[in-house]
Amino acid sequence: MEFEGRVIIRDLSCEMARGKISVVLGGSGSGKTTLLRLMAGLLEPTAGRILVDGEDITRLSETRRAAVRRKIGMMFQAGALLDSMTVFENVALPLREHSSMSRLHVTEVVDDRLREVDLLDIEDLGPKQISGGMVKRAALARAIIEGPPILLCDEPFSGLDPVSTRRIEALLIALNQRHGMTMVIVSHHVRSTLRMADRILLLLPDAIVVGTPRELLQSTDPRVVSFLDEDRPFEGRAPEVERLPVLAPRSKARRR
Amino acid sequence: MRFAALEELGRAAILLTAEFGRLASFAARVVRSTVTRPLRIGSFIDELYKLGVLSVLLICVSGLAVGMVLALQGYKSLVRFGAEQSLGALVGLSLVRELGPVLTALLVTGRAGSSVAAEIGSMVATEQLDGLRMMSIEPIGFVVRPKALAMLVVMPMLTALFIVSGLAGAYFVGVKRMGVDGGWFVSGFRSAVDFHDDVLQALVKSLAFGALAGLIATYRGFTSAPTSEGVSAATTSTVVVGSVSLLVLDYALTALWGVGR
Repeated sequence: MEFEGRVIIRDLSCEMARGKISVVLGGSGSGKTTLLRLMAGLLEPTAGRILVDGEDITRLSETRRAAVRRKIGMMFQAGALLDSMTVFENVALPLREHSSMSRLHVTEVVDDRLREVDLLDIEDLGPKQISGGMVKRAALARAIIEGPPILLCDEPFSGLDPVSTRRIEALLIALNQRHGMTMVIVSHHVRSTLRMADRILLLLPDAIVVGTPRELLQSTDPRVVSFLDEDRPFEGRAPEVERLPVLAPRSKARRR
Repeated sequence: MRFAALEELGRAAILLTAEFGRLASFAARVVRSTVTRPLRIGSFIDELYKLGVLSVLLICVSGLAVGMVLALQGYKSLVRFGAEQSLGALVGLSLVRELGPVLTALLVTGRAGSSVAAEIGSMVATEQLDGLRMMSIEPIGFVVRPKALAMLVVMPMLTALFIVSGLAGAYFVGVKRMGVDGGWFVSGFRSAVDFHDDVLQALVKSLAFGALAGLIATYRGFTSAPTSEGVSAATTSTVVVGSVSLLVLDYALTALWGVGR
């Protein structure tokens, strides 16, 4: 896959296990989000095939691809909720578009989902009026409202405090266990990944490492070890102290 | 050196042709979506309000000012030949045939067109259109169609409002301030303006301008780069490309109308 002559992903061949949580780990710019967007059919690969439930989505027309996407829910990094709608309307949108449910039934289903993600009390607010964590939970509720068998999540933990992170983590694990959803999660949050992943794909600059969390933790490959060990001290060259900008004393800054 | 310049010219021509091709394909998708269900009447009415009702004040004030200036300048020219009783005809023909449709289209492109491009552009930047695609909702039908159709519908209405405001402004300046006879003003206007030649021409022009302005604004927003810079570029190019295209189309329609009659 390349953008404007720059190769983002090369020679990647992998399979996401049905009913399992697969986490794609990697540093910034390693192509994690590109990989997820390729799986969703939002990007065309330069070469190769992408099979969703046995169907090659790279060869499908936009109409046929839309039909395949009915099997996929996607939680975007920034939520991608429609600004012009309330949280309730955003979550209800797929049902209103694709089902013949009565208004009352839609309200019941949406309220159930919002209760599941603990957002029932803010359903009348717009996406701009709620916090980042709430937006992520609302996006999750919208992604699963039709009960898709596959869920793609782009950085579900980015920008969240530890409590919100654990909450989203628990929701995803519960969804996987309760509904057997196949999940592909893109993240660079190592601790959450190790807690919830059945399988990890680690995108390194020149290689891809695949394994269970245990296998990756036991790896002796220094690149894997340094990526997974968040607490490991920085081993590169430290910046020279003399070159750091001198900050004004706090008391003076306050007086200003 | 000469070949390099030729190459550049060729490259620019290819890029321009490709852009026209993409615009034509986008227009075809918008047209096709107008016959596809669901019709989204609610969204269309919302857009009529945003693009039409919210432009009313701008159109009225601008129309009034243009009419007043036309009457002032027209009176000064006509009085030299002792033909000030033709002021109604002069102002009426100028407003109905040319200034009404063109100035309304330019004003609406500047106000509503830029806001349409910015809104769609920011939806691209915040992945809202991709969000719709992932819900198997076609963004052209959901986002673009109501805006493009609303632009098509509001343009003739706002043009009519501009012309009426302009006539009111001209009447006020010509009759109340310059002392032109009110009866002469009205009868001059009525005898000079022909329904088929002038009013119909204004209607056809305003519909064509509405379609073009709506298409350019939605296309620019839809194809903008997913960054704040991209949104800004889409907004600017909507106003620049939209305004120039409207003026070129105006010439083409006026020339064709003359040939056809």
